Amino acid sequence: MPKVTINNMEIEVEQGTSILQAAETIGVEIPRFCYHDRLSVPANCRMCLVEVEGGPPKPVASCAMACSDGMVVKTESEMVKKARKGVMEMLLINHPLDCPICDQGGECDLQDQAYGYGFDRSRFHENKRAVKDKDLGPLIKTVMTRCINCTRCVRFAEEIAGTPVLGQFNRGEDAEIGTYINEIVNTELSGNLVDICPVGALTSKPYAFKARSWELEKTETIDVHDAVGSNIRVDSRGREVMRILPRLHEEVNEEWISDRSRYSYDGLAKSRLDRPFVRDEESGKLREADWNEAFDLIKARLSGLKGEEIAAFAGDLADVESVVALKDFMTSLGSPNMDCRTDGAYFDETKRAGYLFNSGISGIDEADAILLVGTNPRHEATIINARIRRAWLERKIPISLVGEAVDLTYPYVHLGDFPKSVENLVKEYAGKVKSKKPMMIVGMNAFRRPDGQAIHGMLQEAAEDLGIVKKGWNGFNILHDAAGRVGALDVGFVPQKGGKGFADILAGTKDGSIKVLFMLNADEFNARVNVGWKTFVVYIGHHGDHGAQRADVVLPSAAYTEKDALYVNTEGRVQMAKRAVSPPGDARVDWTILRAISNHIDKPLPYDSQHELRDRVFEEWPHLSKIDQIELAKWGKFGKKTRIQKDAFAGNALGYYLTNAICRASPTMNKCTQAFKQDIEYKEAAE
Amino acid sequence: MDNFARAFFLTEIVKGFLLTLKYMFFVPRVTINYPHEKGPISPRFRGEHALRRYPNGEERCIACKLCEAICPALAITIEAEPRDDGSRRTTRYDIDMTKCIYCGLCQEACPVDAIVEGPNFEFATETREELFYNKEKLLENGDRWEAQIAANLIANAPYR
Repeated sequence: MPKVTINNMEIEVEQGTSILQAAETIGVEIPRFCYHDRLSVPANCRMCLVEVEGGPPKPVASCAMACSDGMVVKTESEMVKKARKGVMEMLLINHPLDCPICDQGGECDLQDQAYGYGFDRSRFHENKRAVKDKDLGPLIKTVMTRCINCTRCVRFAEEIAGTPVLGQFNRGEDAEIGTYINEIVNTELSGNLVDICPVGALTSKPYAFKARSWELEKTETIDVHDAVGSNIRVDSRGREVMRILPRLHEEVNEEWISDRSRYSYDGLAKSRLDRPFVRDEESGKLREADWNEAFDLIKARLSGLKGEEIAAFAGDLADVESVVALKDFMTSLGSPNMDCRTDGAYFDETKRAGYLFNSGISGIDEADAILLVGTNPRHEATIINARIRRAWLERKIPISLVGEAVDLTYPYVHLGDFPKSVENLVKEYAGKVKSKKPMMIVGMNAFRRPDGQAIHGMLQEAAEDLGIVKKGWNGFNILHDAAGRVGALDVGFVPQKGGKGFADILAGTKDGSIKVLFMLNADEFNARVNVGWKTFVVYIGHHGDHGAQRADVVLPSAAYTEKDALYVNTEGRVQMAKRAVSPPGDARVDWTILRAISNHIDKPLPYDSQHELRDRVFEEWPHLSKIDQIELAKWGKFGKKTRIQKDAFAGNALGYYLTNAICRASPTMNKCTQAFKQDIEYKEAAE
Repeated sequence: MDNFARAFFLTEIVKGFLLTLKYMFFVPRVTINYPHEKGPISPRFRGEHALRRYPNGEERCIACKLCEAICPALAITIEAEPRDDGSRRTTRYDIDMTKCIYCGLCQEACPVDAIVEGPNFEFATETREELFYNKEKLLENGDRWEAQIAANLIANAPYR
């Protein structure tokens, strides 16, 4: 292990550590543009120059120079300052002076570092270079004249996103970043290009000119657009969410978030439910009402009903507290009919290990073979897909897929579309798997079929036979695509003893055995078609989507940026979301609505504050009180031993951009769907 | 004795009257007939705000929000979005003149000399609401006072 001295501080670092990284560990900040922790090192901006004593009599690029024993580094010497000033002057030669109209202004690396190393006037009297702007799709705005050619975006697209469409063209003054044959950047991670761009060359298109970084209120919270539970920062001004940025969490999303998480925020202001509605008996249309009228109607419809005639669904975006409140509410009504699997996924929820991403998301970094079953991680959990890609890129691990063959940004062996393909694999390899930490990732599409339980059982056995589950390693991973699902399963929001599940409840609404149906944020299925019209439907949610369209009473609630709530991600990690803005109009936090209904029907729920509700949750499910921790689940037998149908695993019908009510309301997400569809059609036409 | 003589001959009153007579007839007049006449003001005078335009009629303001950021009284509110031609423009530019402390920091911060404090100080209103200026009013001010504002800026240019 080499010992180096940086600014008179001695430090021992691992072999191969660069000077820049070594300096960072002792808190010495070295300015940089092109270097990024998670990307390869091109050393082309030259801003990180430092002086190495005894070395060649010139400054060296600290990002690319590895530490060697006895090295003496100075990062603040006269030579270094002069060199950096020179570099900065060169960078500023062609950089336009348009900070006042640049969206990066106020959070720009170049701007900040120009304060330290810039000169207050220019010695360059010729014309500045101008570069034509590129079209990178509906999410990224380009002003390529501002580009300093650090190539971070090129490396990101190639290494992390796996869509190598960006590149650097020409040389010298004519060097510019562009796309090959005018492609748009077709990746679900494109928003991160905006983050890594150190200048204002790539900025967010939906956020263009809307706000400045210094006027935004920053709230650190959790994303709900997939089950990864990405850590995000919501930047708001007044009651409006202005933008969403990622937050560093090494074990979950590192520092990336997917486009759906980042850009769907404009859906939070569109088609929101801001007051209660009830369905008018005469016209059959929803009309505005006040809370009391809505509650009276619910009370009238509930009176005289038996518990079995009432049912409840909790949807994809429902938080833990609300689900618990709904469960308590149903229990007080005596109803065992409840389900949170409103996407039709049908699996055995009795064993916690049977529905968790057991190895943890960071377990992918250890895995040495991955089998994907009935999943498209690129769409269902983009961040996880990026990790799988990195595992492939760095360690070349073998990846195979059973299910719809799609572009996952890395090569894989396609074993087939059918459950049979897994069985064949087991027959061939049972007990013969050489890899030490094999992993199976199962998507929800494997269970969205009537024989889901049987498939669950088959996969459980396959996991044991293939050595995916063994002592000290559990690689059996269920990849959920709903943020609220694991939380709801953890608190047991599933059919109680003798109760009906999702499909049975829907059938019950058609044959009239279910008289009242409560839907908490349930927008995953087309309720207008699937829920019988004789049933009285109470919808609690925040968007006028599928659920509200069918509902007889609509009660407006808060979206994920508008409430303090707990969410459990697909690996079982409990995370706390914080309220960034207040809900619009009359909308209230979900559990308070349930509390109010329960009061109205004289069966009050035993908690009056979020604090009391959380206490109640933590008491029954103590593992939920461990914020940001994963309670490991015990392995066991689950699933059923019934016949498995021959049908192929279904593909993802919803696509990527329009998977939940918030996305469907978002103009940006709709634009994306169109743009990327056109892009695909254009490419097909070109072929 | 001395006091008695002064009191007896009314010397102080005579002195006072003499001073009055001196200023009545022999010293040039300093008061002006406001509002028909106005005193001179400095080119740096910080009066009523105005938003300026370029000679071709294009508004100068580029919605950089530096004035909003620097305003110590939080009197300025700006909202912006891309205009149809893609340029950065304000959709809202409000100054609450009742909050404003006329410190002039907004015009110092402005990179394009768009927001300026003009020479006008006579903008008293009957109601409070009239002092909540919007973009339209500020641009109108700019159009009205442009000649004088431009002259002031030129006069002040060597010192900036």
